[in-house]
Amino acid sequence: MKEPSPTPVDVHSDAFLARLMRDQLKLSIACALAFAVALVALPLLNYFQPEMMAQRVFGFTLTWLILGVLFFPFVWIISYVFIQRSIALENAEAQAAQDGRTK
Amino acid sequence: MNAPLAFLAAAELAAKGIDPWIAFFSLITVVVTVGMGFWTAGKSKSAGDFFVAGRSVSVGWNASAISGEYLSAASFMGVAGMVMATGYDALWYPVCYACGYLFLLLFIAGPLRRFGAYTIPDFAEGRYDSPVFRKIAVCFVLFIGFFYTMPQMKGAGTTLAYIFPGLPYWAGVVVVGAVITLNVSLGGMKGITLVQAFQYWLKVFAITLPIFVLASVVGHYQSHLATNKTAQETTATVLPGIERKALPAKAPKDEAWIAPFGKLTTKAVDASIAAAQTPEEKAALEANKKPYSLLYTYSLIIALVCGTAGLPHILVRFYTNPDGVAAKRTTMWVMILIGVFYVFPPVYGVIGRSLTPELYDAVGAKGTDKVVLELPTLLAGRDHALLGSILSGITCAGAFAAFMSTFSGLLVSMSSALAHDIYGRMLRPAASPEQRLKAFKWSALIVGLVAVGLGSQVEALEINFMVGQAFAIAAASYFPLLFMSVWWRGMTMRGAATGMLVGGLSALASITLTSISDVAVAKAKKLTDVAELAAYWADHPLAKAIADYWVAHPLARILCEQPAIWAVPLSIGLMVIVSKATAASIPADIRMKMLVLHAPEALGLKQEYIKEHEGLGGH
Repeated sequence: MKEPSPTPVDVHSDAFLARLMRDQLKLSIACALAFAVALVALPLLNYFQPEMMAQRVFGFTLTWLILGVLFFPFVWIISYVFIQRSIALENAEAQAAQDGRTK
Repeated sequence: MNAPLAFLAAAELAAKGIDPWIAFFSLITVVVTVGMGFWTAGKSKSAGDFFVAGRSVSVGWNASAISGEYLSAASFMGVAGMVMATGYDALWYPVCYACGYLFLLLFIAGPLRRFGAYTIPDFAEGRYDSPVFRKIAVCFVLFIGFFYTMPQMKGAGTTLAYIFPGLPYWAGVVVVGAVITLNVSLGGMKGITLVQAFQYWLKVFAITLPIFVLASVVGHYQSHLATNKTAQETTATVLPGIERKALPAKAPKDEAWIAPFGKLTTKAVDASIAAAQTPEEKAALEANKKPYSLLYTYSLIIALVCGTAGLPHILVRFYTNPDGVAAKRTTMWVMILIGVFYVFPPVYGVIGRSLTPELYDAVGAKGTDKVVLELPTLLAGRDHALLGSILSGITCAGAFAAFMSTFSGLLVSMSSALAHDIYGRMLRPAASPEQRLKAFKWSALIVGLVAVGLGSQVEALEINFMVGQAFAIAAASYFPLLFMSVWWRGMTMRGAATGMLVGGLSALASITLTSISDVAVAKAKKLTDVAELAAYWADHPLAKAIADYWVAHPLARILCEQPAIWAVPLSIGLMVIVSKATAASIPADIRMKMLVLHAPEALGLKQEYIKEHEGLGGH
């Protein structure tokens, strides 16, 4: 995770807010992208590679297995990673801001 | 009820052709729900308890309650029915219902909770300092709410009519409407939190247990799926011990059912092909079929994912968490809880296709929609008579829990909109807490009555389809509003209102254009077959123009039926353009508002904000 910034932080400055929102949004977008890539890719694969996606895997077709079963754990992993990172990020920000205040 | 009486009642029911176990489990669900309502009535005292459950709901309880509220009749019965009826494409519904929460988690849950409002209209007013905007937001809460209520009511009506053959459709609507209205007016948000959490676990139990027992007797998910041959396979593989009944003519063929881009997404083009005059026209349309299906799929995905993040009755539950981190943790658990649930309805659809194909011959509630209730009864025919009855009793109880819990959530959010936003903030800002409480109870009653009235009119509509519409409207109105309000400082009230209104209303208009016509036709002819529908339209003078237009322009029909793919960008685009044009009216204290939305609670900024507004708010 990010090191608390060494310079004093004023929570009521524009710079603090801008950095706060930028860091949070960056994290959210990174996680959203992982999800969006899968959402966009699956129909495209179905469209351009129908034979591959119709292969049997344990009785399912590949695409059925992905959409009907594997998609759920995939999203859980993204959300778990997001929560961990986002809590760490908030702690780091709070720490940085409080250090700034006491100085 | 004492034992001999119960036994007599059971015998009487059995004589009428009603399974006593089904009646028993359904009754238990209703009794427990009402009982919990009375039990929590004593605990809910303050207005805070009624509107946001005192903001003290723990992560575990809230996650169960949100999941309970979210898993509606559409999830419990509709998804299984849709998978059975249309195959692979229907899988997008459960997946996007569950995964839409990710957007909520990533962009909205934490900041929204930190803002510390009671309702979404509160947020709308607080973020833009604009009472006008509250009014607009209230209208949308009520609107999306009623749209989402209708399918719940339909589920109630059809399930009750199924359990007690001979009961009219409206009886179930009235019973569920009355029970939940009573519950909500007794305990408010605090009361239904407990009920919904209980109902989540009941639903998971009711969907998993019967399918595990059933699968161990008739064969597993994969084995049944394997009997459907793909376009690449020459013969279907039927594993030993798996039986499969012959499909009726109306059922989709294996290759089309198991593969993507099937019946669900090609409806509009199929109608055009059926109406095409020349072979050239037909060939041209056939060539377009697959690209249009792809478009339909993407539009459906956008509607479901963004719509989940914009459903007011779900969003309001995040206000019951103590803080932003708890709201995020809650969301993650909700995704796990509902994800676990959503693996199972398609299993019913797949096994149902093998074992109860006769359902394809009937329409809607009498057809594939009841596969979840129908499958467990198969065990009765396999020397497990008692087990079959008990299991179908359990699935019926789960179905009851499904529309009761969703309806109760909708009722709370709509009653809050009436009592808190309209009465408490607009009509009588000086009202005392007691008056507000009273207003909440009256609002619950009014909304309950309207919902019952509406619900009794929608028997002909497909559950999942109606829910999809509510999602599309939410996706084009609330999702852009919340997303942009939370992340863009430059938003103005005018920009937000324009984007939300135009996006939401255009989605609504285009959906209405397709669905009202479908209801009228389905009611008149009890049809769902597209070709016949098109033929019917052709000799209806009033509708001829629209029908001809749909047939001539299947693409337009797809874009009207699934408007999210253009309505969401339209809404966001308008928000940006209008906000830029009215940049002078950005609220003066925008930096403080944004800080409250985004700063970690540890900094204590949230408290500062609430103190600042306490004098104004009156709660």
